[in-house]
Amino acid sequence: MSIEASIRDKLQAALSPVHLEVVNESHMHNVPADSETHFKLVVASDAFDGLRAVKRHQRIYSLLSEELEKGVHALAMHTYTPDEWSGKAPDSPRCLGGNKAS
Amino acid sequence: MDIMETIKNQIEGNAVILYMKGSPNQPQCGFSARAAEALMQCGKRFAYVDVLANPDVRSNLPKYGDWPTFPQLWVGGELIGGSDIILEMHESGELRDLIEESVQE
Repeated sequence: MSIEASIRDKLQAALSPVHLEVVNESHMHNVPADSETHFKLVVASDAFDGLRAVKRHQRIYSLLSEELEKGVHALAMHTYTPDEWSGKAPDSPRCLGGNKAS
Repeated sequence: MDIMETIKNQIEGNAVILYMKGSPNQPQCGFSARAAEALMQCGKRFAYVDVLANPDVRSNLPKYGDWPTFPQLWVGGELIGGSDIILEMHESGELRDLIEESVQE
């Protein structure tokens, strides 16, 4: 299974989101073609009710710890409760070189 | 000094500290660049650590804060979040309020 598919399955199973986007943005970064290193996640779920943003993101990081170990390097996350979700999440930034520039 | 202790001292010794890739003037990652830019617009002094130049910090801070990626913003000893959270708080004005509350001139 691709990493993208496993991310999608795990978030779907754990959070039952009313809205879920998993976008592979690796092509925007300094990595080989067809990489699965940078993803953008847009998740709207009741599971985030009453949680501050930092706790929502930590929840996702812990659900995806295997993927992070397997080479996922960046997760842009936009997390909402169903009430907060407006139908549009912000864009991710351009890469500036990262590891290769150091 | 033990690296975990170094990290603890950095986080507790600085009201506002950003762990990032590169420096605020020469960021090496788009996410770090956005975070540093938002923080600079708050108009207060803040500390930063370039994790590319400090591999020990880079490999150990994720365990310290239960947060696997960079940038990371810590204010008053508490993890605020990464670039998405910093940007959201910047746009809502919460970031400026938080920084102004936390930094005594």
